[in-house]
Amino acid sequence: MTATGNPSAGCPSGLAPAEQARASDISAFVRRSPEGNSLQLTVRGAKCAGCLSRIEKSVQALPGVTQARLNLSNGRFDVRWRGDLSANDVAGTVSALGYGVAPFAPDAADSADKIEERKLLIAMAVAAFAAANVMLLSVSIWSGHGEMGETTRRVLHAISGAIALPAALFSGRIFFQSAWSALRRGHANMDVPISLAVLLALGVSVAETIRGGEHAYFDAAVMLLFFLLIGRFLDTRLRRRTHAAAHDLAALQARTVTRLDGTEARSVRADEIIAGDIVLVAPGERLTVDIDVLEGVSQADESLVSGESLPRAIAPGARLFAGSINLTQPLRGRAISAASDSLLADIARMLEAGEQRRSKYRRIADKAVSLYIPLVHTTAALTLIGWLLTGAGVREAIMIAVSTLIITCPCALALAAPVVQVVAAGRLFRKGVFLRSGDALERIAECDHVVFDKTGTLTLGEPELVRSPHDQDMLRRAARLARASRHPLSRALVAAAGAGSVAAHVKEHPGLGLEAEIDGVRCRLGSAEWVGEGTSAATTSLQLWYVEGDGAPHRFLFEDAMRPGAENVVETLRRRGISVEILSGDRQEAVATIASALSVADWRAGASPADKVERLEKLRAEGRKVLMIGDGLNDAASLSLAHASLAPGGAMDVSQSASDGVYTGTGLGAILTIIDASRLARRRMVQNFSLAAVYNFIAVPIAVAGFATPLVAAIAMSGSSIIVTLNALRPGWKGA
Amino acid sequence: MEMLVFLIPVALMLGLVGLVSFIWAVREGQFDDPDGAAARILIDEDRPAEDPCK
Repeated sequence: MTATGNPSAGCPSGLAPAEQARASDISAFVRRSPEGNSLQLTVRGAKCAGCLSRIEKSVQALPGVTQARLNLSNGRFDVRWRGDLSANDVAGTVSALGYGVAPFAPDAADSADKIEERKLLIAMAVAAFAAANVMLLSVSIWSGHGEMGETTRRVLHAISGAIALPAALFSGRIFFQSAWSALRRGHANMDVPISLAVLLALGVSVAETIRGGEHAYFDAAVMLLFFLLIGRFLDTRLRRRTHAAAHDLAALQARTVTRLDGTEARSVRADEIIAGDIVLVAPGERLTVDIDVLEGVSQADESLVSGESLPRAIAPGARLFAGSINLTQPLRGRAISAASDSLLADIARMLEAGEQRRSKYRRIADKAVSLYIPLVHTTAALTLIGWLLTGAGVREAIMIAVSTLIITCPCALALAAPVVQVVAAGRLFRKGVFLRSGDALERIAECDHVVFDKTGTLTLGEPELVRSPHDQDMLRRAARLARASRHPLSRALVAAAGAGSVAAHVKEHPGLGLEAEIDGVRCRLGSAEWVGEGTSAATTSLQLWYVEGDGAPHRFLFEDAMRPGAENVVETLRRRGISVEILSGDRQEAVATIASALSVADWRAGASPADKVERLEKLRAEGRKVLMIGDGLNDAASLSLAHASLAPGGAMDVSQSASDGVYTGTGLGAILTIIDASRLARRRMVQNFSLAAVYNFIAVPIAVAGFATPLVAAIAMSGSSIIVTLNALRPGWKGA
Repeated sequence: MEMLVFLIPVALMLGLVGLVSFIWAVREGQFDDPDGAAARILIDEDRPAEDPCK
């Protein structure tokens, strides 16, 4: 039972560490059709051409495989084959090469996003084509100013119109649709002024062309659309990549369930399980459905469900929730419908409440629009009335009013926030932080109080042996028994002891410990009472006892190891004026130890999901903006209720989808990176809106006074967009 | 000035060719895996010849 280190495993260029093989039955994910079978896998750790050819070639070498294509950008591996090749062999081949592999269930949201992205890309290309060609014609009109004959100018305007009109209507329909649906619901978004400016510019230009006038704004209309579509496209692409990455993380957990149909055990996807199905849970398996235990005595690690770090003894009649890990013996249980009055259903209700509250959040951009629209549109209206009163012609007054609307340029305003969000989220993405939405950055930046869950968030969620020098020999002996067990304490013991021999015929007694006979001596490893040591049960820390024959029992102490950098993170947060609190479902003593190690005075233990929600409500009532960081099922509701929330990559998928972002890696350093990046992003957004405002202060008087020509509009519009974009890209994003 | 009658349509045609081929490439899925496309060109399909130095 020693791990064999394979030096040739993983990426040959050393760009990613080799992943350990993980056995689970994935045959339920195969899609069968008359043309053959197909399977989609998510492959992790493939980074270079070497990985690509190694994976594809070894899978193609399997009998019957007709197609094996790996997408290096998103890690999707598409395999098609004929015949009776097993899906597990395909996955096994990939994981034997040292790559992480998991079945990928195609996600409807993802393909919808993909279609949306393509639509935007094509709209952008059309706008770019039109902008380039119309600009070519416009430049000749501007440079021929005063010399060009009226007929030539008219022809050039007409050609511009013929290009710009269909292009603008095609590319702009995304904005028109969004503006229309916002207006119908009685409010305005950024797309309303954009659509208005584009449509007015087109309308006035058509009128001018027919009249043979001097000023046509065709170039302004398509250029505006082109700039905005660039921003919109980048935003969608990043959102899709982030979404896919988060989805993949969750897919790593979504395993299959062994269902008993009569006497036959079949591997099925978790979503195929309905209430009343009998499922078989092997030792070491994580539950994906809630069950009532019917048969079997075991122990369960419920740290993801309740935050409790010690395993719980399980007997028939006990209820186990999705997310718990069965540790020692196989269990047989009946699935409970998620729609029943189960823990998951309660949490789902609380999640909905949180979602609703969050959708009411007003972003900086929303605030800017609500200032911008009345201000600019009133100015345009006053300009029209003013020029009419001073005796200008109706046509002239309308032209000036429209040019005011065009030049005030919602362009810079519409780009101000998305560009910063794309840059910030892109930098975070490369560091393994997947943000769910752009406004998450704004909300995280506002937080002044961080609430940590303990188990799995501040700590690794797995016990670690407290080493003492005279343990060494005992450790080696005890490990012979521990290697036969999946119990977290046993595994921690083995991790400390390293590779070695394993005793024969180790018997595991759930709730008590392990027993084996080694060279005729009965050896036991387990709880204090199991080894006949009743006196020192008073200590509350995690411990294991080991005894050989009638010798004196030896005690091993464990602690839930803190994640690397936890002290530093808490200390740094405090220095930035953010208060820290620990809110855990674990025992009093376990939380107290961690709290004192981190010198956090504000902590609560034994909190149920409802307690956590109550605490967050109280903090909200006090006016605190809370950033909640947690991983368990018991945190899901509070994650969605908090002002902003984050979950580690190992968290339950419910918690991941309840939070604003997911960070990967064992350390907690990512939290500081996120907070820093979001604060910087917020500053840059405010700067960008200020720049857009300053620009308007200069541009509006020019337009109102009637000096705005299409040339001025083109320069002003592209100038302001470029300034805003450059400000977002300006260096200063720390360490990126 | 009469040249414009030819030049403008020519310019537009060239632009349209670019636009249409771009849309075709997007539809074909050529932008779905930019990293993979960059890596695939490095893969040697053929077996290398026997090393003459040995």
